[in-house]
Amino acid sequence: MVTLTVNGKAHTVDVPPDMPLLWVLRDVIGLTGTKFGCGVALCGACTVHLDGRPIRSCVTPVAAVVGKTITTIEAVAATPSGRKVQQAWLDLEVVQCGYCQSGQIMAAAALLATKPHPTDADIDAAMAGNICRCGTYPRIRAAIKQAALSKGA
Amino acid sequence: MHPVSRRTFLETSAAVGGGLLLGFTLPPLQRNEPFAPNAFVRIDRDGRVTLIMHKVEMGQGTYTSMPMLLAEELDVELSQVHLEHAPPDDARYAEPLFGVQETGGSTSVRGNWEPLRRAGATARALLVTAAAQTWKVDPSSCHAAQGQVIHGPTGRSLGYGALVAQAAALPVPGHVTLKDPKDFQLIGTPAKRLDAPEKVNGTAQFGIDVTVPGMKVATLAACPVFGGKLASVDATKAKAIKGVQQVVRLDDAVAVVADHMWAAKQGLAALDIRWDEGPNAKLSTADIVRQLAAASEQPGVVARNEGNAPKAMAGAARKVEAVYEVPFLAHATMEPVNCTVHVRPDGCDIWVGTQVPTFTQTAAAKLTGVPRDKVYVHNHLLGGGFGRRLEVDFIIRAVQIAQQVASPVKVVWTREEDIQHDMYRPYYYDRIAAGLDEHGMPIAWTHRIAGSSIMGRVINQLFPKTLRVMRAAGLHQLAAMVRGLDVDAVEGAAEPPYALPNIRVEYVRQEPPGVPTAFWRGVGPTHNIFVVESFMSELAAAARRDPVEYRLALLGESPRARAVLELAAQQASWGQPLPAGHGRGVSLLHAFGSYIAQVAEVSVSKAGDVRVHRVVCAVDCGTIVNPDTVKAQMESGIIFGITAALFGEITIKDGRVEQSNFNNYRMLRINEAPLVDVHLIKSTEAPGGIGEPGTSAVMPAVANAIFEATGRRIRKLPVKDQLR
Repeated sequence: MVTLTVNGKAHTVDVPPDMPLLWVLRDVIGLTGTKFGCGVALCGACTVHLDGRPIRSCVTPVAAVVGKTITTIEAVAATPSGRKVQQAWLDLEVVQCGYCQSGQIMAAAALLATKPHPTDADIDAAMAGNICRCGTYPRIRAAIKQAALSKGA
Repeated sequence: MHPVSRRTFLETSAAVGGGLLLGFTLPPLQRNEPFAPNAFVRIDRDGRVTLIMHKVEMGQGTYTSMPMLLAEELDVELSQVHLEHAPPDDARYAEPLFGVQETGGSTSVRGNWEPLRRAGATARALLVTAAAQTWKVDPSSCHAAQGQVIHGPTGRSLGYGALVAQAAALPVPGHVTLKDPKDFQLIGTPAKRLDAPEKVNGTAQFGIDVTVPGMKVATLAACPVFGGKLASVDATKAKAIKGVQQVVRLDDAVAVVADHMWAAKQGLAALDIRWDEGPNAKLSTADIVRQLAAASEQPGVVARNEGNAPKAMAGAARKVEAVYEVPFLAHATMEPVNCTVHVRPDGCDIWVGTQVPTFTQTAAAKLTGVPRDKVYVHNHLLGGGFGRRLEVDFIIRAVQIAQQVASPVKVVWTREEDIQHDMYRPYYYDRIAAGLDEHGMPIAWTHRIAGSSIMGRVINQLFPKTLRVMRAAGLHQLAAMVRGLDVDAVEGAAEPPYALPNIRVEYVRQEPPGVPTAFWRGVGPTHNIFVVESFMSELAAAARRDPVEYRLALLGESPRARAVLELAAQQASWGQPLPAGHGRGVSLLHAFGSYIAQVAEVSVSKAGDVRVHRVVCAVDCGTIVNPDTVKAQMESGIIFGITAALFGEITIKDGRVEQSNFNNYRMLRINEAPLVDVHLIKSTEAPGGIGEPGTSAVMPAVANAIFEATGRRIRKLPVKDQLR
């Protein structure tokens, strides 16, 4: 048995300790907003926050996150940077197929939480691990900049 | 387009709950017989408008553009239109341009531009008549706005919901007047995507997100060699893993069924599998290319023959010849293919994101023996399509697995299986030549394309839908297909927009042994526009003329093509100096009913690495429904195309695909993405497609820019390390 804190709620799950957090979230807890893309930390679709930092849940064993705070796309609106990023995503119509966007938003929200006014180089560094097959990159960059300028609530 | 006076047939009946159910029966485009319905709209007593969506959303914006067409003529706010996935039903929901219910080929706005507006206008007319009768006034004194009918002289109003029962009892008008485009309130304005909020907060449901009570999760390994079979499997160790429930054996694959994906993956890794590799065990890309090269020496089926190209070539002052090659490509949708199935003796449920719901239903019925009407297809959002989800191979696989599983089972491909068992964009091998006159202008043009015929395979799969498809395709295309011509394989090559007095284009079908092929974003034009537009710049270089000016000289008869080319060149500061190592390249496309010109600016480092800095794109796609979607699709198509032009390549060794994940099947990333600058031309022409052409046009623009930067001509994609 492993007890996890996800989006402020404790979940006790009967899974092996080496099971990646991604599958615990999706197949056991039922939070499907976090996506499976590659399984080996190459695409960023599975990005969640661990104590506020972005991690690839597809390669993070569940044993490594016990006692830490996990935030997923379903609750990122409760963080100031998450809310600003989501709003900017809507304002600039970033999404297309949308499948990678949970991971993109989680990566962008983590960036803004540590660097409220990121440069283009900061954006490249923080976001280059997140693939978007629909090519929404120009809008992602613009939306991060807009979110950085917004006052937020 | 068709005259507005075309007769419209409308069935009305009382819907469940007493709503107005409007089934809009419309003649397929350009045909007189038989009438096939195109759309299905429901208005409830509470005024709720539901568009039963026969098109799927895979990023291209149909969930917004289709409701816009309906809402415009129905006079409701876009936000009032709710969407439901249509059930599989070719009779009602066939795409007019293809004759089957599908989303693809950049057809949604082109095919539904008139039917969906007509659907809205007919419903509006009935509701206005119902209100006029209620008030005992002349219908012409009433008008509709924002979901209400208003009596102008008195200002009285009634909401649509209140009029539903009465409207349902009225005879259907045989004629409705569509709005004058100058009166459009929604069409042509940048509407917000209706699917954006749920995709931003994580609640959007893709096929892979389905959860069904009692559901198990499976993952599989198919024989890594094309055409190979399963010889034996020892499942002892796999079955000992906690959470593993069952091991399913198929002829050419093994699946592990488990409580969750992790146990299934662990189980699969623990299997001891022996494959019978079959006849393709030694197959390599080089073998396939050799066969294609040989095929390209043979005469092909004629796709176009005007003037006398061989004679003009013989008399030309100069001849330019080239061979072009483009590789196999995987789709690599971000959502790996997956399908959830529950097979029961009396029915079958399928939860999936598919571009082809009726093919899905037919395939499952055939496999299970369950009647078609007991195969329930629950369609979902697609985490990318690009042609991958036009195929049912993965659905067939999932049904075969589910036939051996008592509970519902979600079958999820790993990324490795997704890439190594895709159906691939064919490898094409092209011979192209031009004869130039003394001024360097082309007086002869020959182009022979050798490659797999996707249409040839698909047509065979279409029975018994063949008649409907034949009607949609029309006599001209039908006759071509009977002659063995793949009209997709030559699209963009057979009819370039240029004045070419002597042109001969041929197609040679050559199937790669064992390798399944399929449509890929931009379809035929993605390959052909690369060849034609690269070669056109080769000719300009041979003639020592500017590539934009050279093209313009051949576009006297094509004002729309001229206009996009001039606009793109102007916006890209064509002709202005660039830093050393930089170059600008141009391309022009006329396909999918749209005209697109692009100018790419690239730099090539001393080490030979290519960087695309900026792409300027001018678009004339006729009447624009949602301008922001057009821009987004150009940005998307361009970046998708740059990925392929620079990196995209599936290669085969020992009968296996060598690529497996994003480390060796590489995608453009945000730090490599260019600025994309899209300019739209206002037009009242019929709408053209926008999902695919951005991809098709960018590859030659990049290759031509590399030539300008380095003097090196790219005749084979991807660019990869050719410049190192």
